Amino acid sequence: MINVDIQKDTFWDRNRKSGGYLLRKKATAIAVSICRFILLFGLCFLILQPILNKISVSLMTEEDLFDPVVISIPLHFTLKNYEIAADVMTYKTSFINSLVISLTTSIIQIAMCTLVGYGFARFRFPLKKLWFAFVMLIIVIPPQVISTSLFLRFRFFDIFGIFKLIRGEPLNLRGSIIPYYMMCFGCMGLKDGLYIYMIRQFFRNIPMDMEEAAYVDGCGMFKTFVKIMLPEATPIITSCFLFSFVWQWTDGFYASMFLGGKRLVSTSISTVVDSLGVYIQRLTGEKVAVSIAYSNCILSTGTLMVVGPLIVLYLFAQRKFVESIASSGIKM
Amino acid sequence: MEKKKKKRLVGLEKRKARAGYLFILPFILGFLLFMLRPFLQSLYMSFTTVELGAGIFNLHWCGYNNYIYAFRVDPEYVRLLTEELLRMVVYSFAIIVFSFFVSLVLNQKFQGRALVRAVFFLPVILSSGVMLGLESNNQLIAQLQQTVETTTSGISITAGLQTILRTTGVGTRAFEKVFEVINNIYDVAMASGIQIIIFLSGLQTIPASMYEAAQIEGCTAWESLWKVTFPMISSLFLVNWVYTVVDFCMRSDNQVIDKISTTMVAKQDYGTASAMTWVYFVVVIAFVGITSLGISKGVYYSD
Repeated sequence: MINVDIQKDTFWDRNRKSGGYLLRKKATAIAVSICRFILLFGLCFLILQPILNKISVSLMTEEDLFDPVVISIPLHFTLKNYEIAADVMTYKTSFINSLVISLTTSIIQIAMCTLVGYGFARFRFPLKKLWFAFVMLIIVIPPQVISTSLFLRFRFFDIFGIFKLIRGEPLNLRGSIIPYYMMCFGCMGLKDGLYIYMIRQFFRNIPMDMEEAAYVDGCGMFKTFVKIMLPEATPIITSCFLFSFVWQWTDGFYASMFLGGKRLVSTSISTVVDSLGVYIQRLTGEKVAVSIAYSNCILSTGTLMVVGPLIVLYLFAQRKFVESIASSGIKM
Repeated sequence: MEKKKKKRLVGLEKRKARAGYLFILPFILGFLLFMLRPFLQSLYMSFTTVELGAGIFNLHWCGYNNYIYAFRVDPEYVRLLTEELLRMVVYSFAIIVFSFFVSLVLNQKFQGRALVRAVFFLPVILSSGVMLGLESNNQLIAQLQQTVETTTSGISITAGLQTILRTTGVGTRAFEKVFEVINNIYDVAMASGIQIIIFLSGLQTIPASMYEAAQIEGCTAWESLWKVTFPMISSLFLVNWVYTVVDFCMRSDNQVIDKISTTMVAKQDYGTASAMTWVYFVVVIAFVGITSLGISKGVYYSD
């Protein structure tokens, strides 16, 4: 009986009883959610629009590009642009090169950064503050500052004159990937300071008890790290790895500095417009000026092809990306 | 007995210190081998003229000449530097404000929240490295923008607002900057992915009981934003500020960096290029240092 009574109490009855408060509250909630929807929809559209625009442009034929009627839905649907862009960028080789290099470098980087981050988080040793200040320093030094002399260093590479003794001249490591691997081993790769910082923050938030228990039970320092701390730190390691992979994938600076000879997706996309002219010239046998619109169409297509794998990765691992940035920033 | 125990502890401490050094050894090696020397060398280079010969290079000490050249002779450098720094200040501020408010909105409960968050984080992945440069010098988009601007002149909302405000005579110069930022809201949104996530994570650590208490005490939502939320996540403003400024000064579409690399690559003038880099670097570091000192004074730590 009581139940029925409550159900009979309509919204307006309850509103009257509350003296208009309920209605006001409801109206505000609706107004807020409408405003929020408009705001967020607009901002999301702003962010996604270039990608959507690229997708639509990449499916157009050349005549569609000049057709004032066609804005976003192509009149002559075509996949030809993808073929051309793949040819121009030598997509297959660059894709495989990029994949191999990004994977290997990020694995090395993250392995090293985890060690270092753990060292900074958990041990007390002399000059720790100084070394950590150096970590901060490598975060803020633009790589351009040191690029010239690094370049010269690897052009005439030597360790205490050993190679000069054996071969009569220092090693020329330019164009090979070895220097970059060496830098990754030394935590000097792309944004390594940031990874060290994030991993350190994460380790600092894990309570000390677990390690101490392990020490008491006679577990060595390194074994403790591998068996106990590493499993704890999987989230931060995964997300750092993902970042490292993604940033390596799109990086142009280190790629052009060290890996000049190798074709990577990031370097081929930045020269795609020039290569397109050469490609068409080779195809037709005569010098043709490629229209700006068409070369930009190919550029958009190429960009999509570079970014595509990353978007797929992001779709699957979205949570992993976000999760532990969150946890690392909180406690300074 | 007591003494022995203490001695063993020292031993353990020592072992731990050694282990700590072993753990950070990769970093130390890498820093000494690949960072310190190039770093100092480029500092040294900035005081020299570099002569490139066949496969060899010579350095001639020339004192402050490169710096004098960069400031007094080079027609562009000072202008670019000041412009870029001003842009950095304005945009970093805009990015912080933008990401703070967006994270406030994203912290509310509504349908499709996960999707919206994912979209806001997308730029971190997509607009990095070479992609950023491609975006900014995409001629097609620039052309489109131009046509849109010419055909819709006077219809643009910001332009309309701007004329209204200008005719009423409210501080025009300050508003110009605001409108510039609003017109470039795309850049701001693209650069604030990480900051939003950091703010969001901070917002989630604020206990709900605090808001409840504030509400019972008669705080409106607006008041509790400034009296509860703002102080509770104020330490994250520091993190985000440093991150934003550093990120901004390393972007590949930065004009100063551009100028430096043309000096280095096209003119082969390594000495001047190093001097320019160092000026830029020192200015940015000083700026980050001073501002973050200022911010850290205002940060509230609850524990």
